[in-house]
Amino acid sequence: MSDFKNIWNADAECMPREELRSLQLDRLRQTAHLVASQVPCYQNKFKESGFVADDLQCLEDVTSLPFTTKEDLRLNYPYGMFAVPMRDVVRIHSSSGTTGKPTVVGYTRKDIENWTELVARFMTAAGVTNEDIVHIAFGYGLFTGAFGLHYGSEAIGASVIPISGGNTDKQLMIMQDYRSSALVCTPSYAMTMADRMEKQGIDPASLALRVGLFGAEPWSEQMRSELEKRLGIIATDNYGLSEVMGPGVAGECLQKQGMHIAEDHFLAEIIDPDSGEVLPEGSVGELVLTSLTKQAFPMIRYRTRDITRLHYDQCGCGRTLVRMEKTRGRSDDMLIIKGVNVFPTQIEEVLFQIEGCQPHYQLLVDRINNQDTLEIQVEVNERIFFDEMKQQRQFVDQAEKKLYSVLGLSVKVKLVEPSSITRHEGKACRVFDRREVQISP
Amino acid sequence: MKVEQISIFIENKSGRLAEVSRILGEAKVNIRALSLADTSDFGILRLIVDDTNLALKELKAHSFTVNKTEVIGVEVPDSPGGLCSILETLDKNQINVEYMYAFVERSGGNAVIIFRFDNIDEAIRVLTENDFTVLKGERIASL
Repeated sequence: MSDFKNIWNADAECMPREELRSLQLDRLRQTAHLVASQVPCYQNKFKESGFVADDLQCLEDVTSLPFTTKEDLRLNYPYGMFAVPMRDVVRIHSSSGTTGKPTVVGYTRKDIENWTELVARFMTAAGVTNEDIVHIAFGYGLFTGAFGLHYGSEAIGASVIPISGGNTDKQLMIMQDYRSSALVCTPSYAMTMADRMEKQGIDPASLALRVGLFGAEPWSEQMRSELEKRLGIIATDNYGLSEVMGPGVAGECLQKQGMHIAEDHFLAEIIDPDSGEVLPEGSVGELVLTSLTKQAFPMIRYRTRDITRLHYDQCGCGRTLVRMEKTRGRSDDMLIIKGVNVFPTQIEEVLFQIEGCQPHYQLLVDRINNQDTLEIQVEVNERIFFDEMKQQRQFVDQAEKKLYSVLGLSVKVKLVEPSSITRHEGKACRVFDRREVQISP
Repeated sequence: MKVEQISIFIENKSGRLAEVSRILGEAKVNIRALSLADTSDFGILRLIVDDTNLALKELKAHSFTVNKTEVIGVEVPDSPGGLCSILETLDKNQINVEYMYAFVERSGGNAVIIFRFDNIDEAIRVLTENDFTVLKGERIASL
């Protein structure tokens, strides 16, 4: 094991798969017993489906457990899904709650320890060491991103700059003066920083920055190469969601061949989002996660809505843990336009291929005369702005043709002025589906 | 001989032209000539101003997308047939006009046509050889 570098916990991360599976089964049983005795929502679900925790004979039996959805969390707002009394809860986080009530999650001291360990794992996998100065530009607050990375960095022994989100000029000043070497934020905010650096004439080579750990929203390979080039860094992806824990559920190693899921703490399945059936190995589908060690907020077969694929073959880094591909968007982000499935990430990739086009875009879906329409608004920048109308029109035509060939759908590309698309310091909001609004008068 | 022109990307929505002129006005930049090419979604506003660099700086600071291009200004008699003689000369020499716009000099007499060419140096050579007056950049900025 010692041959492999950048591994935080080789015993866990490189465990032989048979051993791992038996550990998972033990922990799955414990978790099923815990929720059956402590969480009324699961008691009811188990009663309905006739599931008894002792029925779990092998890992495949996980399919006899019911799913948990975001709706279950809403119905049990705020503390109904907690499996321990509040005196054992040391931290509360909450999801952004863009639609309706937020969801509230809790952690025991042991949960925080595990979470910290898992963040330390993926940060180490990305090459972060105790020599690094970690610049955390996630917003500190109820959102799990900032605190998760903060604790993980400290566990590694890196120096943390808890700058939080916003105030990009100040971020850049601190990045220059404090010599930040690892950047933690959303990929879209990293792009905003790159834009600002370009505007201010800051040469990325003059910075100490060498690695970026970007997460909390889906992003494409093209965006990775753009960020790596423009910031002069290695950019890695990581995955997590507050309902399941926060960042650290999975993270990329330097092979960049998918994110290793911390399978000693989570059981991953891929299902058909429509039928709920478990799909064969190698299929693309919705990721379902079951927590195996969580005490305060255990999750049974949580429907993440994230679309991905799992790879079980061994990775060059030495880890035996399964790798999940970059998420292709959420199953509820998937747009069905004129019957065609469209993921915003597909559009992002095309925009990148057309030279110079940065991912400041938004999608407007509408229904005009009973026909679905898709308009893609792209912010103009100096590289794609031409003084001659002929060239400017050609650019738009070319973009529309390329999108047609990739999506199989005719779209309208509309150029808009810079900064007219709202940017969030956190997650980028890129899709506006106005079709439902039109149906109800 | 060449004149600096700035081009600004303008979204086709109300108030954007006013915004550009307000920014330039507040910066005490004077507009000498302008033209607007537009489609239903967006337009390209081209301006010749008395202080190009200041205008560029201010517009960029207000997040406009701006380019600087070189054009030339040619003086023609403000009388019927004045424009035709220039265009015929260009045509004869196979010089392609990308776009053009005109204004009349304050002092009367002549009109000034602003031309954008693919090959600006060749255009200047042909026009001067044929005795047209290609105005100096400073001259237009101070008209």
